[in-house]
Amino acid sequence: METDTITAISTPIGEGAIAIVRLSGPEAISITTELFRGKNLNEADSHTIHYGKIIDPQTEEVAEEVMVSVMRAPKTFTREDVVEINCHGGMVAVNRVLEIILSRGVRLAEPGEFTKRAFLHGRIDLSQAEAVMDLIRAKTDKAMSVALKQMDGRLSGLIQKLRQDLLETVAHVEVNIDYPEYDDVEEMSHEMMQRKTKEVHKEILDLLNVAKQGKILREGLATAIIGRPNVGKSSLMNTLVQENKAIVTEIPGTTRDIIEEYVNVRGVPLRLVDTAGIRETEDIVEKIGVERSRQVLKESDLILFVLNYNDELTEEDVKLFEAIQGLEYIVIINKTDLEQKLDMEKVLEMAEGNPVVTTSLIEEEGVDELESAIAKTFFAGDIDTGDLTYVSNVRHIQLLKQSQKALEDAMEGIELGMPLDIVQIDVTRTWEFLGEIIGDTASDSLIDQLFSQFCLGK
Amino acid sequence: MTYNAGHYDVIVIGAGHAGVEAGLAAARMGAKTLMLTLNLDMIAFMPCNPSLGGPAKGIVVREVDALGGVMAKVIDKAHIQMRMLNTGKGPAVQALRAQADKPIYIKEMKHVIENEKNLTLRQGMVERLIVEDGVCKGVVTETKAAYSAETVIITTGTFMRGKVLMGDLEYESGPNNQRVSVKLSEHLEELGFELTRFKTGTPPRVNSHTIDYSKTEIQPGDEKPQSFSYETTEFITDQIPCWLTYTNEFTHQVINENLQLSAMYSGMKRGTGPRYCPSIEDKIVRFNDKPRHQIFLEPEGRDTEEVYVQGLSTSLPESVQHEMVRSVEGLENAEIMRAGYAIEYDALVPTQLWPTLETKKIPGLFTAGQINGTSGYEEAAAQGIMAGINAAAKVLGKEPVILDRSQAYIGVLIDDLVTKGTNEPYRLLTSRAEYRLLLRHDNADLRLTEIGHDIGLIPEKRYAKFVEKKQMVEEEKKRLGKITIKPNEPVNTIMEDAGATPLKEAIKAYDLMKRPELSYDLVEKMIEANTEISAEVKEQVGIQIKYEGYIKKANEQVARMLKMEDKKIPDNIDYSQISGIATEARQKLEKVRPLSVGQASRISGVNPADVSILLVYIEQGNIARIAN
Repeated sequence: METDTITAISTPIGEGAIAIVRLSGPEAISITTELFRGKNLNEADSHTIHYGKIIDPQTEEVAEEVMVSVMRAPKTFTREDVVEINCHGGMVAVNRVLEIILSRGVRLAEPGEFTKRAFLHGRIDLSQAEAVMDLIRAKTDKAMSVALKQMDGRLSGLIQKLRQDLLETVAHVEVNIDYPEYDDVEEMSHEMMQRKTKEVHKEILDLLNVAKQGKILREGLATAIIGRPNVGKSSLMNTLVQENKAIVTEIPGTTRDIIEEYVNVRGVPLRLVDTAGIRETEDIVEKIGVERSRQVLKESDLILFVLNYNDELTEEDVKLFEAIQGLEYIVIINKTDLEQKLDMEKVLEMAEGNPVVTTSLIEEEGVDELESAIAKTFFAGDIDTGDLTYVSNVRHIQLLKQSQKALEDAMEGIELGMPLDIVQIDVTRTWEFLGEIIGDTASDSLIDQLFSQFCLGK
Repeated sequence: MTYNAGHYDVIVIGAGHAGVEAGLAAARMGAKTLMLTLNLDMIAFMPCNPSLGGPAKGIVVREVDALGGVMAKVIDKAHIQMRMLNTGKGPAVQALRAQADKPIYIKEMKHVIENEKNLTLRQGMVERLIVEDGVCKGVVTETKAAYSAETVIITTGTFMRGKVLMGDLEYESGPNNQRVSVKLSEHLEELGFELTRFKTGTPPRVNSHTIDYSKTEIQPGDEKPQSFSYETTEFITDQIPCWLTYTNEFTHQVINENLQLSAMYSGMKRGTGPRYCPSIEDKIVRFNDKPRHQIFLEPEGRDTEEVYVQGLSTSLPESVQHEMVRSVEGLENAEIMRAGYAIEYDALVPTQLWPTLETKKIPGLFTAGQINGTSGYEEAAAQGIMAGINAAAKVLGKEPVILDRSQAYIGVLIDDLVTKGTNEPYRLLTSRAEYRLLLRHDNADLRLTEIGHDIGLIPEKRYAKFVEKKQMVEEEKKRLGKITIKPNEPVNTIMEDAGATPLKEAIKAYDLMKRPELSYDLVEKMIEANTEISAEVKEQVGIQIKYEGYIKKANEQVARMLKMEDKKIPDNIDYSQISGIATEARQKLEKVRPLSVGQASRISGVNPADVSILLVYIEQGNIARIAN
């Protein structure tokens, strides 16, 4: 009946829990196989589970360590081939897996679509049809309310503007077609069309960049802990990890294994990078050299710079201050349980307005302040990540990517000198994809635009 | 008391552009058909502009021809000039337009009707339908003639409770002062049909001798002989030009000063007019920054001096019309022969129709043309032929014919009408078609001749010719796929002359034709020419190869659309039994009663979740049936 393959995160979005990405459809197994490092799933028996890794085919990087269940039609929930990918959990990991699958052309499932397929294939008892319909309704309503809540005013405003731009362009082409003799309407040229499509294309790319930044946020702020030896970097790390649920993932690095720790601090996901260095040697600079440590610092979204309350400011401290100049950092003055030797005024001056927090990690003091400083640094303290429901975001990004692709098709057509009425097909597709983002797919808009923009008629 | 006036398989009320196609299609399919019209001298009369075709509409004329209709053949004999429009654009939007010779058109059409066996033409005013047990069984005229019938098609155009408006003058009338049909309209209301009130308008006609053409620009027809019908072999060569002039600030001043005198601007509540066919008053008000508007002077025929002033459609008083016309360059001394006017009329809300154009309320009753809320001769003809086919099919026990949106503009038109309805007189535009690259002027025969033949409207001889053409197209494509073109001097000279980069490697002729700079004609010079095929076949091959990528993409979209069209909704479905469908969607579904899930998804207010729920519900019914 349905011929495409669909996917969705089929467990409630929660942090730290095991999450399952489910695929259903004729290509469920073959597409997973392409992304899976482990057993060849194409040859796997039905109803078996396999350990392995999901690879991002673009970067060849390991995205997630997973357990994959392969279930072949018809003895599955949907009576189609079904794959369930068990991820370590956390929004970050599971979403990364979902995005990779979507990038392979699998369609994001509509609300309740797995159940719908199960029903349509006769898997669910007839008496449950009512329940299936209720489920679709409920899930759709919920998804819509979430999508609405999630839709940032600026995003929808921008999308609307882009759509209006495209609509005017399309209307212009249309008026040339439907009213070829009306001379006061300028004939749309390839150059004009090219300019317009380039403009919109750039804006879509910008939006996708913003989305990528959003993704960085969701996947964790790359956070580096720096400081001289023995100032309490390990304690800080352990405190953050203990206070917050952490997921440890081993990623094979180029020269050695780096351990990344994900922690969620008041809704701010931190990815503590290069922490192996801190753990083993207590000194990132010492371990990897000044140049690379600069590089690490530059790539960090947030730096936690630890100073010793019980020690005077050293030349090394000053050097570190200089190294992080202009970057986003928080100064943590640790060991307040000991005698003050640090020149606080000097530190405040050098911190140039960046937050300075005092802690005694041993006595578990000042941790709250630190966490709120972290939250404030990035969200001005008031974001509620509980609202960041993932799927809708993924959907937006997917649609933006589809818009980008359609617009690139149009641009290619222009390059090839295709007639504009043919190029316009792809421009209209772009307009439709953008419309799906904001839930506006009314097709009559074009004709309305045509007659409001131009004075037409006999 | 009525008298029994006979029995027919199909009765067509009206002989306008919808009526004639309906009557001819039914009769030619073998149904004994009666056509009743108010005035035998006004068959297929063009009450508004003297032209047929143009973007989208011109393609419709060809589609009607490919189905075995008559409009194309008649216009091929009854025009003063033809032009192919949009020749500088892609193949999908090119369209032929003819300036009609109105009196000849009527004469030719009447001739065709009169000579059709199986078809009886009679003058008469139908006042009511005979409805027995909710089924339409015939009609009764004002002369008390009662005709019984298996099916009835109403094609009364703008005649139902028509009202002509000009300044403060208003009177009941059909277009061009013909008799108005009042009782039939009232009768339809009594039967429970929902009617709406639309309006349209027409400009003044002036005497050609009083026009100073030297102040206008000539608009000649194309030199190349062209035809709408695939069967036409004789072409009119002595063409007559049209002329172009403009309104100016004085024209606008006259209109602005007298705006309150216009019937449509006097503050009275009126029917809805079409946005794409605005009166000159509308244009001045809505686009008041435009310094001038185009005026096309279009002769109404060879043997008449009446000239249609396209662009000056108006309901201003006659006195103002004189002033307005004479403010236009070239028309300073123009004599108006007929003044312009607006006309209001009753139209049937078209969501009351099945896609076959049979009414949902009364089986056996069909409606087609302007009564269904459309405007335009071509839109009328399109519905006419489909209503004729389906009415006859019903009588003859054949399957109904419903064209989908990927098959024809006719399909787009009817689907839009019965699925979405319309709140203004509906006109076809190319932008209404999702798959317009497939709905081309050049391939109407390839799309529809087969269907026309199946239902018996395309004679064997024509069909054989069509099959031959189709084969030649396929064979030529195959041939080009086998020919290798090597990079050599003569080839690269042709390439360079065309502005293309020279060949470096050998390439198939088929693939070379896809290059933007190249065409069939150019590639033909590089290979052994195929002397056996016509220019039409070459054109077809060229288009199919050149736009292959886009056509393929469109076909994929169509395949997805058709999957949803194939999911039929049982006709006994009770939407109130489906929990979960949103209230608005339920109301719309109950009203439209779509035949397929695809059609349901196009109803505004029915969202994807409703469609999903509907699918589940239908499937539940199917499972239940299998279980039983």
